[in-house]
Amino acid sequence: MDREKVLKLANLARIEMDDAEAESLSHEFESILGYVSEVKSVGVNALKSSKEDLALKNIWREDKDPHESGLYTEKILELAPEREGDYLKVKKIL
Amino acid sequence: MIDLASLSITKAREALKKGEFTALELTEATLEAIKEKDGEVKAFIEVFDDAMSQAKEVDKRIKDGEDLPLLGVAIALKDNMLAEGREASAGSKILKGFKSPVDGSVVKKLKEAGAIIIGRTNMDEFAMGSSTENSAYGVTKNPHDLERVSGGSSGGSAAVVGGGMVLGSLGSDTGGSIRQPAAFCGVVGLKPTYGRVSRSGLIALASSLDQIGPFTKTVSDAELIYDVIKGDDEMDSTTINDDTYPTKKSFSKTIGIPKSFVESEGVSEEVKKNFQESVKKFESMGYKIKDIELPHIKYSLAVYYILMPAEASSNLARFDGVRYGLHKDGKDMIEDYFKTKGEGFGKETRRRVILGTYVLSSGYYDEYYGSALKMKAIITQELIKAFEDVDVIMTPTTPTPAFKVGEKTNDPLSMYLADIFTVPANIAGMPAISIPSGFSGSLPLGIELLADLGREDNLFRAGKEFLGE
Repeated sequence: MDREKVLKLANLARIEMDDAEAESLSHEFESILGYVSEVKSVGVNALKSSKEDLALKNIWREDKDPHESGLYTEKILELAPEREGDYLKVKKIL
Repeated sequence: MIDLASLSITKAREALKKGEFTALELTEATLEAIKEKDGEVKAFIEVFDDAMSQAKEVDKRIKDGEDLPLLGVAIALKDNMLAEGREASAGSKILKGFKSPVDGSVVKKLKEAGAIIIGRTNMDEFAMGSSTENSAYGVTKNPHDLERVSGGSSGGSAAVVGGGMVLGSLGSDTGGSIRQPAAFCGVVGLKPTYGRVSRSGLIALASSLDQIGPFTKTVSDAELIYDVIKGDDEMDSTTINDDTYPTKKSFSKTIGIPKSFVESEGVSEEVKKNFQESVKKFESMGYKIKDIELPHIKYSLAVYYILMPAEASSNLARFDGVRYGLHKDGKDMIEDYFKTKGEGFGKETRRRVILGTYVLSSGYYDEYYGSALKMKAIITQELIKAFEDVDVIMTPTTPTPAFKVGEKTNDPLSMYLADIFTVPANIAGMPAISIPSGFSGSLPLGIELLADLGREDNLFRAGKEFLGE
């Protein structure tokens, strides 16, 4: 792990980060990844289940019985940093 | 004047019913204690200014003969739980100004049980930490020693009970965030079975591990709050009901001790000594102690520091400065994201989001995340098997008593190791409770009891006997 790699990850996560922080994180990650890597070294592959079997699965409900339309609209929109009428406002994308 | 220090929820409820004092008087005493003590401890982010009017309403209901489990009792909420019309920040700048449009499920249940919601307590940002030093709202100190941390991430909720300010509070526990601060602050802290308490309205850290639970002074009080907040909920598809895990066998007063795990490197002498004394105490009450081998449990913390950041990096992607909370302007839409997250997330949050992004990235996914899921299954099976022979498994809650403020902030791995004994319960989804077991000097210590899936009853039974309730 080095500074460049951390900056690339920060870019993927959309987090602004300066070089100094990336440098210091890269050293911390060395020790953290060193520690967590022990899970790879102890024969977990003896377990036959695939990771798909092991992950939690979503339970879906029927898409029905919605709450009354507009019940929360104002409460939610008033939290928005910027709005236009009943829309959230963001900068132009294209 | 009401002496809060000697009160429990159970006792307060009896006194309210008998009319020995009113809910208004109890709330007044609570606010007085907060005013007196919280200036230094700094456990509350906000004390709600309508507490007295809530109490007045309650007194009318008590007068009308209403009787509910928490009627008139002030309960504090960790700052990651939503209550309608109240702010909730999860200890983060990025949620600055966010006011919840709804009550979360636990808050709904507390209100239905008559509780007075007194305020919101400080926490490590997004529940990431073991010391409540990572909050955007300052450090919460240990009420037993102001130079030391209260533990974390629910440090505020532990300190308000341990500091004698309120009788009960709620926290959330992803890897020990209820039990570790409970031990540091000398109170009872319960993490229920995964799914036992609805997470709807809890700001998520790692959704496959998060669980809400109570802080109290006694095990009976913890059980009382647990009974109020548990139950399946259509708003959280991971909730379970009373029949999900069948009651397997009667209580045989047998405690399993994973000896080599308890003697892990880094466990202090005072903790080991206190643990042995606690073992003897259980023996003197007729409990059988059984040495057990759990060869994989020592990998729990490594599993945790893969799964938790992975889930956190995904959960925290939602904070984009568009719909609510902090917004920082950049030159275009994408730069808005970078600036908002860069300024809104604190250091530990950025560390974990990036770590999570790494372990989930193509090429490393199988190596880290895939291996961690497999190890999680191995540890869970190992524990389920161990519970064929024992009712509970006992370890210390923490490897050391509360450490000094600032002591571990520059060494994340050493901070992570503070959760070594608490993490297995989250990995296996099992219930666990931390119970005060004495002091090292002025610093409280705790033992942790872990039970099989759905067997909170074993924790309550052994815990009450241990505390002489």
